[in-house]
Amino acid sequence: MNVDLNELTGRAGEWMKGAGPQSDIVISSRIRLARNIAEFPFIRRCTTPDRAAIDKAVRDRLAEVPQLTDLAYMRVDELSDVDRHFLAERQLISRELVEAEGARSVAIDPNERLSLMINEEDHLRIQVMKSGFDLVAAWEQINEVDDLLESKLTYAFHDKLGYLTACPTNVGTGMRVSVMLHLPALVITQQIEKVFRSLQKINLAVRGLYGEGSQAMGDFYQISNQITLGRSEIELRDQVHDVVPMIIDYERRARDFLLKQNQQDLHDKISRAYGILRTAQTISSEETMHLLSSVRMGVNLGLIDDLLIADINKLFVDTQPAHLQKLRGGPLDTAGRNSERALYLRRYLSQKEKDGADQN
Amino acid sequence: MKCQQCEKPATFHITELTGEQPQEIHLCEGCAQKYLMQTPGTGMPGKASLAGMLAQQLKVADTAKELEKLDEKCCPICGISFYEFRNQGRLGCPHDYVFFASELEPLIVNIHGDLLHKGKHPLTHKRSTESQTKLIQLRREMNEAIRLEQYERASELRDTIRNLEEGEEQAEDDHSV
Ligand SMILES: [Zn+2]
Ligand SMILES: [Zn+2]
Repeated sequence: MNVDLNELTGRAGEWMKGAGPQSDIVISSRIRLARNIAEFPFIRRCTTPDRAAIDKAVRDRLAEVPQLTDLAYMRVDELSDVDRHFLAERQLISRELVEAEGARSVAIDPNERLSLMINEEDHLRIQVMKSGFDLVAAWEQINEVDDLLESKLTYAFHDKLGYLTACPTNVGTGMRVSVMLHLPALVITQQIEKVFRSLQKINLAVRGLYGEGSQAMGDFYQISNQITLGRSEIELRDQVHDVVPMIIDYERRARDFLLKQNQQDLHDKISRAYGILRTAQTISSEETMHLLSSVRMGVNLGLIDDLLIADINKLFVDTQPAHLQKLRGGPLDTAGRNSERALYLRRYLSQKEKDGADQN
Repeated sequence: MKCQQCEKPATFHITELTGEQPQEIHLCEGCAQKYLMQTPGTGMPGKASLAGMLAQQLKVADTAKELEKLDEKCCPICGISFYEFRNQGRLGCPHDYVFFASELEPLIVNIHGDLLHKGKHPLTHKRSTESQTKLIQLRREMNEAIRLEQYERASELRDTIRNLEEGEEQAEDDHSV
């Protein structure tokens, strides 16, 4: 099946839906498995024909799996630079796949929950993404896809060490479980480091990233497992799964505290952020992310009522550089993107305001 | 804001939480890429942190001379040297886990605290590590023969590979009946 990237442009991918359990705080739940085909060297030592052969082998085998025939295939090396970044902004491919060289592909299901990357750091990276806090469903789906693929491909597997991966940090299960959290109140109340230090003690990695790729993202943090060997997939999943509710609880308590302590200041901060987004004539990606972070919390706390979380998530995605250029239908330099971004925000938010007014 | 490493604008803002105090780092995309590759504790430790772990481990075990010798050790299947692995942090083929086992095991214990996989196993296609290795080697020889335009040799090798693969399929089928 062919995919029209322009068609994806107007749509909200899985993790942007703002649906699923605890989706006010948990943006998305993601699991990925790293796999290699037994009879090829790992990517670093692959020749150009090897890479093409791996790509073809995976595609041919996949075509034989009836459950996976609605996946859309794309040769990433044949896409334009904007299209590659567009896929990365939607988190369907990794930065590494954007920047790698040689034959490489991605297969995506129509609802953007499943993506298979071919010739990334490993021959195959299977990723399942769910909106909200839904690791159990993510694991069920990815395990099923892995079994289906395994019936067609011979993976590199070692009796003691498990699935063999190019980097020893992934060996064993090859599994990385991660949850993306929005924790603005813990940031404002300066409790965030305390939470993270305790997570690091139990071998969970925390990344406070104001940027995924070239975009800035305020107050978003990703928690994932560091260990991949010596524990079963379920144990690894549950380690992340069990700790997230505690962090959600901390964040909710911090929000309550802020509301009680100084609702006026909080409301002011959020309203100003919303005001800038609605009126700016030119705005950077970084500022947009920080302001959207405040507005997102405002929506959750009921301080802003003409927007849904899904709107905010969509704005996060659509205001990124490659998305803006796809929406605009042509290349834009930084200044051009900044004014296009402001224009997009003004239009989107005034439409929402109008919709809200019409309903009342 | 300018990148802390070069003159380009900083588009990447990373908060490091490994120390006592969170530390904000502002980088351009290129420098961020390099930085992220070497940051430990990210869920995807890069080559520098792996290299650091290895260096520590090797310092304890080996003299400079032994290390030099170890660095020259090359996997007979994919040709990667231990030095290349130390430098790139990525292995060359599945056989490396066997070939460099004595060097890798302490590293793996260091990373995971364990040496024994407890997760799922492939259900249908089980191939011994030995035959995996054999297939990689044959395929490599075949590509080399093609490169040298020795087409007769290449086609012999192709047949050998096919036989080996089909032999296993056959064995599996027999087994499952
Ligand atoms: Zn730089
Ligand atoms: Zn090797």
